[in-house]
This record gives sequence, C-alpha cells and structure tokens, in this order.
Amino acid sequence: MSTATTSTRVTTGTTRTTNPFAGAAASARAELLRLRKWPAVWVTIGAWLALTVMFGFLFNYVSYKTGDTSFSNEGVTRQSLLDEVLPANVPHVLIQGMPMFGGALMLVLGALVAGNGYGWGTWKTVLTQGPARPAVVTGSFAALTVFVVTTVVATLALCFGLALLIAGVESQTVVWPTLSDTAKSTGVGFLVMEMWALLGFLLGTVARGPALSVGLGLVWALVVENLLRGVGQLLGPVEAFTKILPGTAGGSLVGSIVGTGGPDPTPGVLDTLSGSTAMIVLGAYLVLTPLLAGWLVTRRDVA
Amino acid sequence: MVEGMNLNHDNHDTVVQTQKLTKRYGDRLAADRVSLTVRRGEVYGFLGPNGAGKTTTLRMILGLIRPTSGSAAVLGQPAGSPAAVARVGALVEGPGFYPYLSGKDNLRVMARYRGIPESAADEALERVDLATRGDDRFKSYSLGMKQRLGAASALMGDPDLVVLDEPTNGLDPAGMLDMRRLIVDLARGGQTVLLSSHLLDEVQEICDRVGVINNGELLMESTVAELRGGASLAVRGRPVDRAIAVAMGLAGDDGVHVDGDRMLVDLEPADAPALVRELVAAGVAVHEVTSVERTLEEVFFEMTRNELEATR
Repeated sequence: MSTATTSTRVTTGTTRTTNPFAGAAASARAELLRLRKWPAVWVTIGAWLALTVMFGFLFNYVSYKTGDTSFSNEGVTRQSLLDEVLPANVPHVLIQGMPMFGGALMLVLGALVAGNGYGWGTWKTVLTQGPARPAVVTGSFAALTVFVVTTVVATLALCFGLALLIAGVESQTVVWPTLSDTAKSTGVGFLVMEMWALLGFLLGTVARGPALSVGLGLVWALVVENLLRGVGQLLGPVEAFTKILPGTAGGSLVGSIVGTGGPDPTPGVLDTLSGSTAMIVLGAYLVLTPLLAGWLVTRRDVA
Repeated sequence: MVEGMNLNHDNHDTVVQTQKLTKRYGDRLAADRVSLTVRRGEVYGFLGPNGAGKTTTLRMILGLIRPTSGSAAVLGQPAGSPAAVARVGALVEGPGFYPYLSGKDNLRVMARYRGIPESAADEALERVDLATRGDDRFKSYSLGMKQRLGAASALMGDPDLVVLDEPTNGLDPAGMLDMRRLIVDLARGGQTVLLSSHLLDEVQEICDRVGVINNGELLMESTVAELRGGASLAVRGRPVDRAIAVAMGLAGDDGVHVDGDRMLVDLEPADAPALVRELVAAGVAVHEVTSVERTLEEVFFEMTRNELEATR
C-alpha cells in the first residue's frame, strides 16, 4: 500500500449528496451504472423479448406458413394469423403478454434490484456513502424505472422490426397503426410493467433477499391470482377482493385496449374492470408500493 | 436520537461522541450504555473479543442500526444523518460489494453515490495496491483483496473520519503490516481513524487511545500508555523475605507483588539503583533486577477477568 500520498490531504467536504435531490440524483447515477453492468438484468429483459418474439410473432407466423394450428391459435383463419403479425397490430402485440409474463419478469427484476443487496452487504456499503435513505431508495426506483422504460421501448422496436420484416417477406402493404394507438399502448405497457417492477422491489425489500421474493412473487402473479379469480366467480367477497389485485388491474387495463373476445384469449388479459377503474387501481399500486418500500428501507436496521 | 447533546462542536476536537449507547436484541444487550469519545486526528482503537459489541456500536455510530436508547453524534451531527455520513468512510463487518462488477467499477459506483469524481476510484485502488487487479471481478478476489477494496472504498473522498471494523481480517502478515502503515499514515495526514480490533498487538502498535469493550460494556477508555500503566522492577534476591521487606520500605506495602521466585516492585526504572543499594545494605544477595512493562494483553485479560469475577 502506498504510504506517500497522505501528507497533502485536502478536505473535500463532500456536502453534495447531503441535499436530498442531489442525493437522489447521485444514487440514481450509481444504480444505473451497477444495473447496466449486471448480466442478470439483461438476461431478464432478454427473456421477455424472447417471449414476445415467440408468442407474438414466431408461433403465429409459422402456423400461417405451415397451415398448422397450435394451442395458441386454434380456430383462427390464416389471414387473421398474418394480420396479427403485421405492423398495424403492433400496439396489441406489444402489450398482450405484459399483464402476466412481462409483469412476472419485471417482478423478478425489481426483486433482484432490491433483494440481492442484503445478501451481498451492498446496501450496508451504499448507506454509508452519504445520501439519506429516502434519497437512496428514490435513486434506486429511478434507475429501475429507466430499465422498465428501456424494456418497453426495446419491445416496441422489436415488434415493429419483426412486423416490417414479415410484411416485406410476405409482400404485404405496410399499414401503420395510428400514432395515438401506439402511444397509448406504449404508455399502458409501461404502467403495467412498472407496477410489477415496483411490487418486485417491495417483495425483495420485505424478504431481504431475491430467492423468497422471486419465488413467492411468481407463484402469486402466475398462479394464485388466477385461482382467486376462479374462486371469486363462486364467492362474492373473494370476487370483490380479486378486483383490487395488481394482476386484475394490469390485465383489465390491457384488456380495455386489446379486447378479451376472439378465439385466442391471451392469459392474463381480462375484462374484470373497466379501463378507467383499472387505471385507478393500478395508479394506487404505483403510488403506494414505492412509499411502503421506501418507508421500510428508511426505518429498518441494516446489518 | 440526539436529545440532550451539544451538537455545536463541529470545530471542536471531538469527532465521535456517544452517550449511553444501548442496543438490545431480545434479551441480549449487544451494547450496554457505551459512552465513548473519539478526538480529532487520533487513531482510536476499539478493543474487545469477538462478540463483545464492537460492530454493533460502530453500526450505531454509522447510522446503520438504531440504538434502543442513548445517542451518538459524529462530527457534531446526529449519527447517520447525511451531513455526518458524507464525511465518514467506513468498512464495517466485511466488505459488501457487487460480485459481478470489477473492483474498480464497484468503487466507481460508490464514488457516484458520494457525488465525487469517478477518478477517485483509481486513486483509491493505487493506495491499497489493487491497481493491477482493478479490472477483475470482485467475486474473483481473495479475502485479503476484498478487505483491501473495502478499505479503498472507505478512503475515497478523503473523509474526516475513517471507521474500520477489523481491517486486518483475512490479510496475510505483509498485508497486515501494510494496512497498519496505511492507518498510521491516515492519522498523520489529519484524518481521524476509529478502528475496531480483537488483536491486542495491533492496537498497542498503532492506536493513540483505546476503548476496551466486553459483553457490550465499555470497561475503560484511555491512552494505551495509561492503560498499560507505568513500568515496574522485577527483582530476584535472597533471602526473599528480607528482600520483600526492603522493597516494601521503598514502594509501600501494596507496591510489592510476589511472582514465583521473584518480586515485582512498583517503582520506575530510575529507582533501580536506590533499590539495589538498600537491598545490598540489608544483606540481600541481588541476582537480577530488570525493568518490566505490562503488555496490553496482560492488562486486557486482567480487566476482563476482574469483570467476570465481579459478575459472579
């Protein structure tokens, strides 16, 4: 270790991060750096993009080309199979998988971002750097949100890319969706994905680790909510409860755009709530989840 | 958290002050009314066996955990407040870093949190001799390298107070020596160091003052020299009873302790000629006179033994 550099110490007085806004901005920049370089983040986002390619385009297109039908497109005409993978349908393809699969993967992402730091001891290190705990958590939410936005934008670009490719290969006239439809779908997609990411962050914070939070979160999002909705059809009080679940809100909001009719309903896409009611429930999750997670981080002892 | 404390002593010599800091986990008192004071520019050794309450106290000083009762102030600010934390660098109970990032990227992340230029990461790596391994992933580091990276992180931004919890854990002898040199150098450069250790020779070697903690209680706080006490004289003379009588005449009845075939006399080395003269005059055959100093280890075990006996 060098011992020659200390005699000329200059006190820098690191007061920059004591301002809450500066602290939150510094925290967000730090989180962005470490998340950007974390392979697990890209694997999670990549898994979602792969699902979009498979369920949004590949299966339908292969069925169209081969004339086969599969579990995901039973009873659909060939022309409608092709229509589903052309640019005009991108606003629907973009979001139809988000209530269940996209949301589940964002939940994993949020749980990883919050939970791993407890096992690694990195929250301990971070909380001794200067920014106050609310600033640190705000920064972490901001960085997580940047990755959710990145995911939605990448999904949109991928969908248009594939749709244009198929249109070109099949010599179809390119019909663009309206800008407002595209913007609306992108916005709804972001809100649904963000809600699940924040719920994942909350779970990771509560469990102080990724394993339990990811496990419980996925079972909840993929299984329990669906079971409850099934039971809810028989029991009134359970039905009332299912209406305020995050999956119901996200599924209904997406359902209000893509519709739930047709021969091939997408898992997780619902019509339980109206679009506006779903928006209110989802908004409540978007506000309450980070507040609760932030409160927990601010209050707790970090070992 | 800071009721009843004077927080307006930022320019004063006190860097850390805790008052009756207590942390209770269920029935167990991890820290029991710890009141310690760390002064500006000193290397303060927080000494105690494993599980004595050192890390718990340091965590409270850093604001990582809340005290059950009592209070702590750091640099005149409530412990854990952003104004205090921003001026403190810490390595507490093992280094906590992102395993998938390189050592350098880990420091860059922490530099961003601190709001200081990322170039601080390179300087810090140089300082702990990790520059050549800076691009390797943290998870590939040895225990000693991880510890050094933790120290590097604590030094970034030249904090006024550096808190190091068992900083030589996992280091080889050369690494321990380097770490101790670094700590002494920090103090020379004007930084205050609060260091916890269970290694007595380490504390004895590099600390100005020391707080001894055991079972969550701060047993005493003083300079290392005060703690060790003055030197005494070890004398072997025959006949023993006559030698003891003469020594008591000079050092007082309580100033002579029999230790095997020799006696320990509470006199300074400068008093040796006078003692020898008296002994010879009294007809004692003097075989050996040496000056002895107690090690911190002896003091420590004596202190913890006394505490054990007192609790029985």
